[in-house]
Amino acid sequence: MQKFKTIKSIPAHLPIVNIDTDMIIPKQFLKTIKRTGLGKNLFYEMRYNEKGTPIEDFILNTSPFNDSKILIAGKNFGCGSSREHAPWALLDFGITCVISSSYADIFYNNCFKNGILPIVLPEAKIKELSEYSKRKEEIIVNLEEQKITFGNNEIDFEIDQFKKKCLIEGLDDIALSLEKNPKITEFEKKLSTNRPWIFND
Amino acid sequence: MSKTLYDKIWDDHLVYTQDDGTSLLYVDRHLVHEVTSPQAFEGLRNSNRKVRQPNLTLAVADHNVPTSDRSKGISDEESKLQVETLEKNCDEFGIKLFGMNDKRQGIVHIIGPEQGFTQPGSIIVCGDSHTATHGAFGSLAFGIGTSEVEHVLATQTLVQKKSKNFRIKVDGKLSIGVTSKDVILQIIGKIGTAGGTGYVIEYAGSLISSLSVEQRMTICNMTIEGGARAGLIEPDEKIFNYLNGRPMSPKKENWDKALNYWSKLKSDDDANFDKEVTLDGKDIMPMVTWGTSPQDVISIDGRIPNPENEADEDRKNSIERSLKYMGLKPGTAIKDVKIDKVFIGSCTNGRIEDLRDAAKIVKNKKVAQHVYAMVVPGSGLVKQQAEQEGLDKVFKDSGFDWREPGCSMCLAMNADKLKPEERCASTSNRNFEGRQGRGGRTHLVSPGMAAAAAISGSLDDVRKFQN
Repeated sequence: MQKFKTIKSIPAHLPIVNIDTDMIIPKQFLKTIKRTGLGKNLFYEMRYNEKGTPIEDFILNTSPFNDSKILIAGKNFGCGSSREHAPWALLDFGITCVISSSYADIFYNNCFKNGILPIVLPEAKIKELSEYSKRKEEIIVNLEEQKITFGNNEIDFEIDQFKKKCLIEGLDDIALSLEKNPKITEFEKKLSTNRPWIFND
Repeated sequence: MSKTLYDKIWDDHLVYTQDDGTSLLYVDRHLVHEVTSPQAFEGLRNSNRKVRQPNLTLAVADHNVPTSDRSKGISDEESKLQVETLEKNCDEFGIKLFGMNDKRQGIVHIIGPEQGFTQPGSIIVCGDSHTATHGAFGSLAFGIGTSEVEHVLATQTLVQKKSKNFRIKVDGKLSIGVTSKDVILQIIGKIGTAGGTGYVIEYAGSLISSLSVEQRMTICNMTIEGGARAGLIEPDEKIFNYLNGRPMSPKKENWDKALNYWSKLKSDDDANFDKEVTLDGKDIMPMVTWGTSPQDVISIDGRIPNPENEADEDRKNSIERSLKYMGLKPGTAIKDVKIDKVFIGSCTNGRIEDLRDAAKIVKNKKVAQHVYAMVVPGSGLVKQQAEQEGLDKVFKDSGFDWREPGCSMCLAMNADKLKPEERCASTSNRNFEGRQGRGGRTHLVSPGMAAAAAISGSLDDVRKFQN
């Protein structure tokens, strides 16, 4: 996984609540067997008309937001399915940070597995940031310091310290867990005595 | 200290806990399907890793499979590649797979219980958000992303932080024509689509325990639509009887040991829940969604809400957006809304009891002339059972299309989909924009309500059709 570095980018604001994973990446693009190449289909049905032509006033189709690395969105972002294609599509488009007042659990977890930082902020702060985004000026997201800087203002954000470490160091989850292999083996030994039916039938 | 059922299952699966509470949990059962697994297997290959416990893993292709005649294979090249990739991966990594032409093939959340793979007190995961279904058996079951699928394949564990406990109590009895689908839709309407975020829900109360095993699955299935990753119900005799003798259920002395363990799976009387909600069965009506989120729900006697009456700006905008997408006007009686298609099936309502419910309504009646109606059984075995009972004939006689099993028009990854602006009464679980096809308009209902809509040609009250 790519290490997460400080981002400097003009944020794009999508003022819709409950943006679900079907909106982020519709099902016809789930037929891929790869993780890459989904960026062009991100928000497909909002971004393209039925003929596949880009819809001009959709924010991610307009400059400078078509290069945004930061997306500000309404609450309960990423609700719906478990498809990791949603963060893969965001990442492939170039978005490595989402800012919202809340996320669906599975999506939230999936972000961290792909080097995307989902920041949770109170509604009032979201409002402040989205107002600022109209100026089309860069903001800075610094994970190390848990700080967003815009103009002369700063907002601090909270994050799970272990998840932060994994993002900054780009740690491979599986390798970390495999270090616990002796403990897993020990657990399996106990399991075969305590709940033998799990293995036997 | 008193514990909830969730606490107990959690504790029994703890392999390791870090100081900050991040834990490694052992996974007893892993279900795999073709859409969310190819990249996980590729990851294993790239890092030269094996599947740690192939015997605790079961795979099936369901999302992409055609529901028409399968003798010709899959015509869509991408779908075909995905299904073939699953076959290749299962073969390479030694995982049991129900192939497309196996009669046990079906929707992953239907076949788990059907085979006895789903068991109380176990942790069950799958790269699919409707994994919550298996919570009906008193297991901790939840959806995971593809990176986590890879993690489970490689380690048979998952890194998790503990959720909070949420109890939803439903007491009383179901009124005639009301099903567990209406119960869960009403619950989601009440708590909202993010109401369960960060929680595991335990469904309790006299109404919940009175439900059949299959009805319980419908409730747990849609837990994710209320934002919670997992929803579970204390297992009881009905669950044990259901599992007894299934192909993958424990056998002989293991059955006795399992039963002994399963019988103790319940929340302590004085266990603490961080959040509680109570509903009374007598207040639950046949429900139908009008918008593009499962929380946009009203009773069949209701009218489309007016965004002007909303004080909250976000909610107002969201209702306006939904109504525009759905092509509906505020104040319209939902019963006056004409439909084009009916879909009966999915992991929510594709089991035998669902098909019986719907067949009862359509028997000796005809599907309205302008309506195309389809039934997609949840699995090959559900289909076989239905055909033995003559339900296929009831459906076909009334004008329904009788299809092969799969996820089908619940998410429209195969050829079954809505055209723009087509309106569908659907027994599935999500009414998101574009879910059943670009521009398609979904109304979520119970199987009986879907059947009633097929006959009437408009959304209608199933109670009108009860004898």
